[in-house]
Amino acid sequence: MNRFKLEKKLSYIVLTFIGFLFILPLLWVILASIDANAKQALTIPSEFTLDNFTAILSDPATIRSFIIGLFISLGQSILVVAVGGLAAYPLSRYALKYKKPFMLTILFMTSLPITAVMVPVYQLFMFLNLQDSLVATTLFLTASGLPYGIWMLKNFMDAVPLELEESAWVDGASIWTCLRKVVAPLMIPGICTVGIFTFSMSWGNFFVPYILIQSPDKFPASVTIYQFFGTYGMVEYGKLAAFSLVYTMPAVILYLFSQKFMSQGFSFGGATKG
Amino acid sequence: MNTASRAITLRSIFFLLPSWILLLIFFIGPILLTFYFSFTDLALTGAQAQQMAFVGFDNFIEMFQDPNFRISVTKTILFLFISAIIGQQVLGFLLAYLMKEKNTTFRRIIGIVVIAGWVTPEIVVAFCWVAFLNDSGTLNAILQSFGLETITWLYTFPLISVCVANIWHGTAFSMLVFQASLDDVPKTIEEAAMIDGASKLQILIRIILPTVKGSIVTNMILVTLQTLGVFTLIYAMTGGGPGTSTQTLPIFMYNQAFVNYQLGYGTAISLVLLLIGVIASLFYIRSMKVQI
Repeated sequence: MNRFKLEKKLSYIVLTFIGFLFILPLLWVILASIDANAKQALTIPSEFTLDNFTAILSDPATIRSFIIGLFISLGQSILVVAVGGLAAYPLSRYALKYKKPFMLTILFMTSLPITAVMVPVYQLFMFLNLQDSLVATTLFLTASGLPYGIWMLKNFMDAVPLELEESAWVDGASIWTCLRKVVAPLMIPGICTVGIFTFSMSWGNFFVPYILIQSPDKFPASVTIYQFFGTYGMVEYGKLAAFSLVYTMPAVILYLFSQKFMSQGFSFGGATKG
Repeated sequence: MNTASRAITLRSIFFLLPSWILLLIFFIGPILLTFYFSFTDLALTGAQAQQMAFVGFDNFIEMFQDPNFRISVTKTILFLFISAIIGQQVLGFLLAYLMKEKNTTFRRIIGIVVIAGWVTPEIVVAFCWVAFLNDSGTLNAILQSFGLETITWLYTFPLISVCVANIWHGTAFSMLVFQASLDDVPKTIEEAAMIDGASKLQILIRIILPTVKGSIVTNMILVTLQTLGVFTLIYAMTGGGPGTSTQTLPIFMYNQAFVNYQLGYGTAISLVLLLIGVIASLFYIRSMKVQI
């Protein structure tokens, strides 16, 4: 049995080593952000300070870029859930003629790299005079997130038992009321999963707003942080690190939040038994 | 058609209409435009900006004669192969495999550390790695403390540098996929093999790998598709340089379309990217064996 003990020890050592390699680059951001004289290399802060954060958060331009980022990402997630949820209903409930090819097209579109269509999208925006429009950018992002949204929401909706709806119909509820009052509340874990995923992807998206938005006062956080890096990146490490952390926070918090939802599971079982 | 089924059809059309309109304008439209524009001489400035002309296969002829295009294809293949197919997949599998049956707290800590790199937005990943690999960055500080010479990583090994950053960012996805599929390997078979005296390696090759083959294929296609479109990470870390050493197809496309203002040519490059994506996506759908 000695051999197995050694193997076990070895795998603990390998895992610890990989974990250590993974944390190193990240540790720098955290320590540099609270260091008054942050350098490029990882060091224990010589002087603890929160100045980097106050400097970033007191800049109205930064705050504006965060608000714009929120507008785009929240707008996109709400639209994906609403429009995708509507589309998911007939796909989940009715035996439609073209359902199979439609769902296969949707699945196909979920995996296409958006990068490949950005040049023609830019031309389309020029042609329709939409360049520099935050609303149009949000709508484009919505369309790019819809295939995933429809696919996931349809699968979540399939798990909501039809019996609940039928009993609501008997009580005289319309399809519309049913969707809002019966189906949607039972799909909250699914809606949150799709919403959170869409928001995180959108919040971290740099390429799309970088191409479609031209005026600096309309840039979301992902673009302003890149500009900050270009202008001060090689001088003010502390501030760059603080900016990066503040910008990363929403993605981290939402990830943790989504984990809570996932672990709670999708237990509608009890609703039909009663 | 009776009234009930007509009502259902009408209602379905009404429910599907908003997503159809959005997908047609902003998703399917641009894909069709890619085909159209790649046969024109459309430019951002100059005479072609006002009056674009149909130029047939000129863009594609130019592309196949352009040494830069060939370089970009090579760089893209190398980037895909090193960072996605080998790097993320093997490291992700190794992590998932080694974490099996380990102490829960230990598993959780390693999991969080790896997932942290995945949750971090791409642009911040780029900053982390630029700082880490810089002349006076953490890696060189470590080398110095061992008495070794410092290396200007981003100039000497630019492609390897962006690959490592992409592995750091993407491995968690493969790890999660493989953790889920390793849970499906029946424990009884593994135990029976162990009693018969099979070594860990034999169990891995003969029992575990064949069982998770399906998820390896699906994961490989998904990771390829994700890596194919990577722009932000490379653009922020090296800008495609030094020279053309990290100029993958998305960077090349961006440079042609928005730096050299040759939109028609840029679109022709994106068509190549799109076609690779289409082929990989078709394989993805086949590998999923979906029931609809």
